[in-house]
Formats: sequence, structure tokens, C-alpha cells
Amino acid sequence: MKKHSVLKKVYMAVIILFLYAPILTLMVLSFNEGRTMGKWTGFSLHWYEDMFADEDIMDALKNTVIIALVSAVVSTVIGTLFCLALPRLNSKMRSVFLALNNIPLLNADIVTGLSLMLMFVAFGITLSMGTVILAHITFCIPYVVLSVRPKVRQLGMTHYEAALDLGATPWVAFFKVVLPELRSGIFSGFLMAFTMSVDDFIVTHFTRGAGINTLSTMIYGQVRIGIRPTVYALSTIVFVVVFILLIASNVISGKSATVKARRKAES
Amino acid sequence: MSSTLVELEHISKSYGSKLIIDDLSLTIHENEFVTLLGPSGCGKTTTLRIIGGFEMPDSGRVLFEGRDITNTPPNHRNLNTVFQKYALFPNMTIAENIAFGLRISKKSKQYIDDKIKYALKLVNMEDFADRSVDSISGGQQQRVAIARAIVNEPKLLLLDEPLGALDLKLRQEMQYELIRLKNELGITFIYVTHDQEEALTMSDTVVVMNQGYIQQMGTPESIYNEPENAFVAAFIGDSNIIPGFMVQDKLVDILGVRFDCVDSGFGTNTPVDVVIRPEDVILGKPGEGRMDGRVTHIIFKGVHYEMEVMAGGFEWLVQSTVGHPVGEEVSISVDPFNIQIMNKPASEDEEAIKLDE
Repeated sequence: MKKHSVLKKVYMAVIILFLYAPILTLMVLSFNEGRTMGKWTGFSLHWYEDMFADEDIMDALKNTVIIALVSAVVSTVIGTLFCLALPRLNSKMRSVFLALNNIPLLNADIVTGLSLMLMFVAFGITLSMGTVILAHITFCIPYVVLSVRPKVRQLGMTHYEAALDLGATPWVAFFKVVLPELRSGIFSGFLMAFTMSVDDFIVTHFTRGAGINTLSTMIYGQVRIGIRPTVYALSTIVFVVVFILLIASNVISGKSATVKARRKAES
Repeated sequence: MSSTLVELEHISKSYGSKLIIDDLSLTIHENEFVTLLGPSGCGKTTTLRIIGGFEMPDSGRVLFEGRDITNTPPNHRNLNTVFQKYALFPNMTIAENIAFGLRISKKSKQYIDDKIKYALKLVNMEDFADRSVDSISGGQQQRVAIARAIVNEPKLLLLDEPLGALDLKLRQEMQYELIRLKNELGITFIYVTHDQEEALTMSDTVVVMNQGYIQQMGTPESIYNEPENAFVAAFIGDSNIIPGFMVQDKLVDILGVRFDCVDSGFGTNTPVDVVIRPEDVILGKPGEGRMDGRVTHIIFKGVHYEMEVMAGGFEWLVQSTVGHPVGEEVSISVDPFNIQIMNKPASEDEEAIKLDE
């Protein structure tokens, strides 16, 4: 009883410690005064100052944001359209398309990256930021589908049909009735795609043109020439941003459900 | 009868290899309350969806006021639907839901406001205009769904099992509400249900469907009292369906005993099915009726007792306000008027049974 509950807590604490200790170490070191890895010499924010002054880092940050925004927007549109089309297919075609959608999720990043690069080169497409964006759209779509599809299934066809029945054109029915119901799923899909794009190193590494760096490829490059604590500061910021986005996406997709549940409970 | 509103002409529809509706023709008049009644999978909902424009028939035509609307999309049909799951729009208030159709047809603000008030009053929901869809009960959502449909003043209202999700008490209340609404508004209702009691209570015309065919069509009384085949007899209420043969006009042989009846035109010595409703079986003292038997089961149902009586090798279902204990010897008699004769279905199974005999 009591002994067990203590054991449970210790077990949880150990798991969480192992999961987050490395990131905590990194965060702590990013505030370290000196540049040695293992020794705490005092609190300082000067690595953060250095980071914001570093043109390479700011350039990579800008690229990362542009790539993530464009690929998240495009993959959200494509993924949502895909989800809307699925119920219209017969069950056989539907499972074929869903399987096709899941393969990029399971495929090793290195294979995806390498094959995309080969294809771009084979078709004579110069590697640039554009090719990175195309590549990111490719691997982001499945995440959008994963997050939008449950909403589409939950909604079903009746709301759409009800709107048509009341005289709405298919267009009006979609924008006034269907889209508002899918909003939370679409938004969390967008955030998911954005996060995946920011996070990616391997695919970016293979598909980027000369001189194009995102945060992850730049950090990797710096690691090879000798790591500087500015990278710790940068990594800390990347982690915090991704962490916030993930929480936001969870809160948003969970919110509509809990609001409904609460309203039900109140009535 | 008043003029024709909807005509279905030779409608067929299949999903893959499964035939849902087979060459169905049906005429619906103005201001009629028509119920499509049948077990699930009988094609009743598909028929409704074809009238609503949500499904295309594989062949056949749908006429609305004499005009062919087979290929007209739902948003251009002068009818509205109350869906099984209400399908209220959760991102809008009750009032916005009701206003949806009117806003699309670009009615004035004043007109819309008046109509919302009128529709909410009609379904006894005046105080709910600004509530959210999630904050009201299933019965209330149903009322809103009806209000949302009728504010558009359709000529025809389609209702797809609208009371299916409600509890018994609420369902009975809503049945009366629907009849009242229909009489107040003077619009035609096509109502789909699998609940025979609902169908008999509300309809002017009941269309009994099974396996994509219309089995029988008529007033609730005629469907109940004069079922044309064993399916209708068994589906509408409880009944005793007993094999027998027509000795001559107005005389039928049931289980070896001759009963007077009122049907004629079946020929002489023709095998038939005899339908006797359980409430029409009269129990008496042994020897006083047409045949004797023994009570084998009895349960109390509230309004009446339901008994099973073994007589002439057949287990008769009997409903009576007077209970007889299990094991008691009783006699059975039936008023000639309450014996309904049906042709035997000409199926192979029946042939086989005949050969065995």
C-alpha cells in the first residue's frame, strides 16, 4: 500500500530523470560563464548575446522559419484535402491510400533524404531552399493527415448534407459548416508539421543547396569544427519552442473535446 | 385525394452487388403523412435519401410537382430533411442554426428574426435561442432540427427516424407534436421508421417495405387489419400466422377445424395463410368454442395478459384482460370478421413443405 505508492513515485521520478536529464544538462550549460563543458564557472547570459549577434545563426534561424512555415501551410492544405477525399473512396482504395500515407512515416529519414536528393538531381532540379521545402512538404503531409482525419471521421457527412439540404451550395456548406468543425484538427496538424520541419536534420541535409543552412544543419556543422556554447543556447531555445508548440497542439486538439464534455456535464 | 406531390417511377439502387431498392414506384399526395416502415436494410432510408437528393438512383425518375428532379442537387430541391442524428451545427447557436437556410436564401433581417421566434414557439423552445447546441438535451435538439427545417417553408419534409434516439416517454410526446405540426403547417411529411407503433400512430398512409420492395401500402387500419402477406402480418404487431386452406368462399379450415370467415375469391380447397391477431382470440370454457386447448404460458403486460395456448397442435398467442393460469383447459373461438386470409407466398420453401405433407 504505502510502500507501493512510494515505489511508484520513485520509479516515475527515475524515468523522468533519465528522459530529461540530458536536456537539463544542456540548458544549464547554456547559462555557464566559461566555455568548458564540464565545469560550472558562474551564471551568464553572454552565450545568448553572442548567439543573437552571430549572423550565421540568425540566417539559419530565418531559413528554418521560412521553410517550416511554407511547408507546414502547404502540407496542411494538401493533407486536409486528402482527409476530405478519403470518405468518398471505396474501402479498398481508402486502405491503399492510407497505407501510402503511412509509408513515409515509417521510412528511415536517411532513405527519404537520399532518394529525394537523387530524384532532384536526376530531374535536373538544382538543390536550393525550394527543394528543402518540397522535401519537407513530403514528410509533413502524413502528420497532418494523422491529426485531421479523426476529426473528419467524427464529423461524418450529415452536417454537410444538412447544410446542402438547407439550400447551401457545396462551397458554402464546406466553409460555414465543415471547416469550423475541423479547425482544431487542422491547426494541430499545422503545428505538428511545423515542428517536424524545424526538427528535421537528415532530409534537409541531403536536399539543401550550397550555402543554405537551417538551425539543425548549422549546429551539426559547428559540432564538427568544435562546439561553442552558443549552440547550447540555440538548442535550448529550439527545445523550448518545440516544447511549447507541442503542448499548444495537444491543448488545442484536446480543448474542443473537453469543452464539449464540460458543457454536457453542466446541462 | 388532393393533388400529387412526389412520384417515384421505377427506382432501382444498388451498392456494389447488393440491390437495395428494386423497381420501386410510389406516389405521394399533397398534405399527406406517409411513413416508410420496414426492418433495417429494407431500403426505406435509401428511398428517403433519393427523394432528398443525397443519393442518385441507378435507374428510374423522381418527380416533384410533375417536374423531373432526379438530377437536381439537394440545395435546389424545395424540401427539407430532419436527420436521424439531428445534424445541428455545433459552431452556431440555436437561433443561428434555425436562421441558416433563411440567410442562404437572403431573407431580410426582420423576416429572419420573426421566423426564428415563430419556429421556436412552434416547437416550444422560445427561451433557447441563444443557447449552444451542446447545452441542450437530445429531445430539445430534435425540436431544433425540426424548427430549422420548417422555417424554410418546404412543400415536403423528410424525416429519417427522427425519434429513434429518444426515450419512450419523449418519443410518444414527440409523435403528438409531429402530428400537430403537420396539421398546423399543412406540409407533406415522409417519415422513415422501423417502429410499427410510430407508423400506425402518426401516418395517413403506411408503406411497408422489405428487401427493396413495397410489401403493402395503405391506411394504418388496413395495414393492421388486412395484412396482404405473412411479412406484413408478422412485422406489424403480434399475430398468429397459421397454415390452413380455403374450403370454399367464407369457410376456412384451420388445423382441421372449420371456421367461418368473411373472405372470398380464393377458390376451393386452396392452401392459404390465416392471420389472427392475439387480441382477437376469444378464450372460453372447454367445449364452448371452436377448439379446446391448454394454457402453457402467461405473462402480465400491464394493459393485458399475454398467454400461449396449445390447441390443435399450434401454439396460439392470445392477449386478454382476463388471465388464465398455466395448465387450465380453455376453448378458442374467433369472430369471423377477425380472420384474415392471405395467399401463400409462391416460394420454393413452401412447395417443399407441401410435398412433405
